[in-house]
Amino acid sequence: MDFLNAFITLSNFVLIPAIAYGSQLALGALGVTLIYGILRFSNFAHGDTMAFGTMATILITWAFQGLGISAAPLPTALLALPFGIGVCALLVLATDRGVYRFYRGQKAKPIIFVMVSLGVMFIMNGLVRFIIGPDDQRFSDGERFIISVRQFKALTGLDEGLAIKTTQGITVITAIIVVVLLFYFLNRTRTGKSMRAYSDNEDLALLSGINPERVVMVTWLIVAALATVAGVLYGLDKSFKPFVYFQLLLPIFASAIVGGLGNPLGAIAGGFTIAFSEVMITYAWKKVAGYALPDSLAPDGLAQLLSTDYKFAVSFVILLIVLLFKPTGLFSGKAV
Amino acid sequence: MTDTTRNVFYFGCIAALLIGTGIMTSWNLAITILNFGLISAIMALGVNLQWGFAGLFNVGIMGFVALGGLATVLVAMPPVGEAWAAGGLRVITALVLGAATIVGAILAYNALPKGRMRTLGLLAILIVGFFIYRAVFDSGVQAVEAINPATAGYLGGLGLPVLLAWPVGGLLAAGAAWIIGKTALGLRSDYLAIATLGIAEIIIAILKNEDWLARGVKNVVGLPRPAPYEIDLQNSDTFVERATSLGIDPVTASTLWVKAIYAGLFTVVLLILFMLAQRALHSPWGRMMRAIRDNEVAAEAMGKDVTARHLQIFVLGSAICGIAGAMMTTLDGQLTPGTYQPLRFTFLVWVMVIVGGSGNNLGAVLGGFLIWWLWVMVEPIGLWLMQVVTSGMADGFWLREHLLDSAAHMRLLTMGVVLLLVLRFSPRGLIPEK
Repeated sequence: MDFLNAFITLSNFVLIPAIAYGSQLALGALGVTLIYGILRFSNFAHGDTMAFGTMATILITWAFQGLGISAAPLPTALLALPFGIGVCALLVLATDRGVYRFYRGQKAKPIIFVMVSLGVMFIMNGLVRFIIGPDDQRFSDGERFIISVRQFKALTGLDEGLAIKTTQGITVITAIIVVVLLFYFLNRTRTGKSMRAYSDNEDLALLSGINPERVVMVTWLIVAALATVAGVLYGLDKSFKPFVYFQLLLPIFASAIVGGLGNPLGAIAGGFTIAFSEVMITYAWKKVAGYALPDSLAPDGLAQLLSTDYKFAVSFVILLIVLLFKPTGLFSGKAV
Repeated sequence: MTDTTRNVFYFGCIAALLIGTGIMTSWNLAITILNFGLISAIMALGVNLQWGFAGLFNVGIMGFVALGGLATVLVAMPPVGEAWAAGGLRVITALVLGAATIVGAILAYNALPKGRMRTLGLLAILIVGFFIYRAVFDSGVQAVEAINPATAGYLGGLGLPVLLAWPVGGLLAAGAAWIIGKTALGLRSDYLAIATLGIAEIIIAILKNEDWLARGVKNVVGLPRPAPYEIDLQNSDTFVERATSLGIDPVTASTLWVKAIYAGLFTVVLLILFMLAQRALHSPWGRMMRAIRDNEVAAEAMGKDVTARHLQIFVLGSAICGIAGAMMTTLDGQLTPGTYQPLRFTFLVWVMVIVGGSGNNLGAVLGGFLIWWLWVMVEPIGLWLMQVVTSGMADGFWLREHLLDSAAHMRLLTMGVVLLLVLRFSPRGLIPEK
C-alpha cells in the first residue's frame, strides 16, 4: 500500500484533467444558462458559437505568430483572445438583430426559439467549416508544462510523476477570473442588477424602466465572451475541431440543467459534476487501485467502469437522473 | 387557385425536377433520388406526426433511423453459429441480467419507504448488478469478437426475410422513444429536445463501438436484398431479350429495374403510412392532439392526459422514423455507423417538414421529395457557383483553391439559410395546415 503514490497518480490522471475540463464546461454552461435566464430559450447554437469564437482567435493567433508577436512563455492565443471575443460578439449581435429579434417582437413560444437556434447553429457550423475547414487545428504554443513528470519525480523522488500542462493552469486561472468578473457584474453593477431583474420578472422590470433591448444586447455580449473563452481554453487544452465543439453541446446542456437552468452558480457546480463523473467513470483505475489497496485485493483488469467512447453517455445518464428526480436541478433553477 | 390544383402543381414540379434530372444527367441518378426521396418522405411523415400534430421537438431522428438500420442486420443477416456457441449465450444472459438490475432497482424504489434505506438499497442493487453484468458480459463479448474478426466477429442476425426488418426497426425505435419520452415529456418543452439530442449521439456511439452487435465501424456489408441482383438479371436470357427489344443496354436496364423494384416497395409503404396518418389526423384522436398542441392548459382542463398523449405520439412518430431507417439500410445493402451524421439525418428531415408545411401530411411528403432533390443538387451547383465566382482568379491562387475546397460545406449553410427563411417568411410552409 502506498497512498502517496496513489494520490499522485489520481491527481495526474483524474483530478487535474477533470478540474480543467470542469472549468471549460462551467464557462460553457454559464453562457447557456444566461441565455436561458434572460432570453428564455435553450440555445442550441452555443457549441458552434464557441467554435466560431475559437476559430476567430486561431486566425488572429496565426496572424500574430506571422508578425512575430508572442506572449512567451504563455500561448499567443491569450493575446488574440480579446480580438476573438470582439469578432464573435459582432457575429452574435448580428444574429440577434437579423434572426432572434423578430421572434422576440412576436412573443414566439420558446420552442420556436429553439428551432431557430438550430438553424443558426447550422449556419455558424457551415461558416466555421467554410473558413477554417473541418480538420483538427492545433494553435497552442509557448511553454508546454508548468511542471513535467520528470521534473516532478526529480523534485520529490516519488515513483509516480505529476504533470501540469500550462494550458491546464491557464484554464483554471482564466476561469476563476472570468467567473469573479461575471458575478461582480451581475451582483454589483447597475446593468447587472437590471439583467437579474429582467430575468426574475420581465413585466416588473419593464415597468421600472429597464430597457429590454439593452439587457438583451449586454447578455449577448457576455455570452459571446464566455463562449469564446470557453472554446479557446478547450482548444488550447485539447485541439480545435468543429465537430467536437458541436458534440460539447450535450455535456454543456447537462451541466446547465444539473445545476438548474438560469442559475449561474448552478452552472458552475453542474460543470464540475459532469466533468468529474465523466473522467472518473471512464478512467482505468488499475494503477491507483494497485497502489491504494493491499496486493491481494489489487484488480486484474483495467478496472474501467465504461470505455472512453461512451463519455457522452455519462452526461446523458446524469441528465436523465436529474430530469427524473429533480427537474429543476440541484440549485433549483427556474425551469419546470 | 384551389388547394387541389395547387397540390397537383407542386407534385407536378417534383415530377418535372426528377424527369429533368433524368434527361439532363442520367435516369439512374433520377431513380436514386426518387428512392431516397420516398424514404425521406416517410421520415418527414414521422416527424410531422410529432411536430405538426403535437408540437414535440425531436432532434434525435438520427438515432431512431440508426436503430432501424440495426434492425436490418439483426433480422436479416444469417446467424454466426460459432460466435453463438462461443459466447452468444453469455452476452444474452448479461443483457438480461443488466435489464433485471434496472427493473429490480425500480421495484425497490417503489417498494421501500422514502429515506436513507431506499437510497442505500438502490445503490447496492445497482452496483452489485453492474459488476455481475460486466463480469458475464465482458468474457462473452471477448469470445464472440475473437471468432473470425475479419469477416464476422459478431453474433449475426436471425436470418429472416429482410422485409420483416422494417416493422422490427419501427419497434426498436419505439422502445428507445418510450424511454426518452417517459423521462423528458411532461417537463419543459426544451428538455425533450436536449434528451433526444443525447440519445441520438449515444445510439451512434453504441453502434460504432459494440462490435459483437453489428461489427461497429467495421460495417456489415452484403445485407440480403428484397430485389434480385443485377448480375443475375444480366445472365438471364429472358431479361436481356426484353431489354434489347426495348432498345436499352442490358446492364443499364438491370440497374434501373432493381431500383424500380425498390421504388415500388417504398411507394407501397409510403402510401400505407400516409393513409394511416391522414386517418389519424382527421379522427377524434387527431383533433385532440391538435387541441393539446394549441392549448395544453385548456386541453388538460377538458380532462385530456397531456403527458400520456404526448408519449403516445412521440413513440409513434419515432417508430415511423425507425421504419424509414430500416428501409434505407436495406436499400444501401450495408450498415455503416460512421455515416450517420446529425445534419443529414436529423436536421435535413426538419427542413423537409418545415418547408413542406408542418401539420399537413401531404406537405411533409412534398417537403421530403423537394428538399432531398435540393440536398443532392446543392453540391454540384455549389461547386459550379464557386467555379464561376473564381473563374477570374489565377489557377493555384490560394483563395480560389480554398473556395473550391469549401464548396462541400455549402450544404450546411444552404440548409440553415433555407430553414431560417422559411421559419421567418412562410412559417406555415408550402402546403399549410387546414
